[in-house]
Amino acid sequence: MRQSSRLWPSFRRTVIALTALLGACIVPGNESAFNPAGPQAGRISTLWWFMLAAATAVWVVVMVFLAWAVRRSRQRDQALREPAGDASMQRGVVVGGALTVLILTAFLIADIATGRALGALPRKNALRVEVIGHQWWWEVNYIDPTPGRIVTTANEIHIPVGEPVQIIGSSPDVIHSFWIPNLHGKKDLVPGHTTSTWLRADKPGVYRGQCAEFCGAQHSKMTALVIAEPRPQFDAWYNAQLASARPPSNPVTARGQDVFLKSSCVVCHTISGTLAAGTLGPTLSHVGSRLTLASGSLPNTPGNLAAWIVDPQRIKPGTRMPSSNMNQADLQALVTYLESLK
Amino acid sequence: MKRAGVRAVVAAGVAGALVLSSCERENRGYGEEPAGNPADAASLTPLQPGPTIRVTAGRGPYDENAYKVNEGKFLYSAMNCVGCHANGGGGMGPALMDENWIYGSDPRQIFSSIAQGRPNGMPAWGTRLSNDQIWRLVGYVRSMSGQLRKDVAPTRSDDMFYGPSEQRAKELTPKNATGATER
Repeated sequence: MRQSSRLWPSFRRTVIALTALLGACIVPGNESAFNPAGPQAGRISTLWWFMLAAATAVWVVVMVFLAWAVRRSRQRDQALREPAGDASMQRGVVVGGALTVLILTAFLIADIATGRALGALPRKNALRVEVIGHQWWWEVNYIDPTPGRIVTTANEIHIPVGEPVQIIGSSPDVIHSFWIPNLHGKKDLVPGHTTSTWLRADKPGVYRGQCAEFCGAQHSKMTALVIAEPRPQFDAWYNAQLASARPPSNPVTARGQDVFLKSSCVVCHTISGTLAAGTLGPTLSHVGSRLTLASGSLPNTPGNLAAWIVDPQRIKPGTRMPSSNMNQADLQALVTYLESLK
Repeated sequence: MKRAGVRAVVAAGVAGALVLSSCERENRGYGEEPAGNPADAASLTPLQPGPTIRVTAGRGPYDENAYKVNEGKFLYSAMNCVGCHANGGGGMGPALMDENWIYGSDPRQIFSSIAQGRPNGMPAWGTRLSNDQIWRLVGYVRSMSGQLRKDVAPTRSDDMFYGPSEQRAKELTPKNATGATER
């Protein structure tokens, strides 16, 4: 008794901590599958709650039976009663087995129904977006039958609210997985293989997602943002992305562009309307309009951009972007130029 | 008793040294730059006024580093070296699968060839790639002719390759190069 009174507070503390942890997971927030913002995530969330409820009920029933068995065996020892007959044991096993099969079948049916629903979004006039996972950033191409209307961007996927979007995934290097928890289920991006998934955002907002398949040293700094906005805003954004990058408007930005074109930046990056047409790194044609840098590693501010250019290996060790040695004035001009590319 | 203790310590020391010596193979050294551009130090030819100077075969900084050599392999196709040199077999540019090179096969000379460019089509990469990246490429192209340790050379090729992987390139000495496609 004395031992149990000592154990009780620590047990209570553990239970409270675990409950708080679980609560933190379930609290509706961004990047949470419990806070669905679209039909696909809604289905998955419903399935999850159904499974949790069923598993909880099973657990409670098992615990009740266990407690009952423990009590009963104590009483039996005292009374030296005969063990239960074979018939009643058999009945218990049959009922238990039948219930297990029934519950698992219910899970199977619910799972298949959810899977079918996920692939069955109304597809009329769907926006088709190609998402390519690189080590360690996301390339995003908006597919359009007119070649001149294809938009290429990186790490941030703008979509119109309430419209179906087909995500077509692939990868040139290793397996990545595209997952925006508030919107849809995981979809692996596999080298040499095209995969596809559907999503729809019913509420405007910025939804964060993280690469969900370990893909190398900087897997944790491979973030995608989905920005859902009303159709007019989306169209405005799309047309802005279609336009060539803004030409430099003053001597500082002109110097910045010069620095860009004469240094190693051009080997990997594209700025439309200039000679820079590299495809190894994310396009920078409208980099000033993005919210983050280095695939969600840093907020997009001039200071962060300068730090990233000078020593990317400090921020994201192993990234394929090399450090650049340049003097202060060149760096300032380059940063000013890149941030002016709205 | 005492001697057994000494022996155990020595054995542990030797084992530790062996383990440490294998660290370099995977030392990724993010953000470290190997010392400088050797372009001035590497002469391309022994011809010069005065006594003859032989360039002694040196070692590149990444000759023992499998990670950097693998990154060199990535750069080799990303920077389109493949376009002219193919995967070592050569095409518009010379083959890289043996160790006798027109502009010198010492690592420093290879660095200079990549950084400065060479006549008849080899572009200069010195202002486009960092020294670190060029050294990675040097490590990789040397692995093609089997000049790196077997456990350093990259193993997997995603593209068509002229023969066995770089790991087995040593079997491709000019003498038995005709057997290149044998496995």
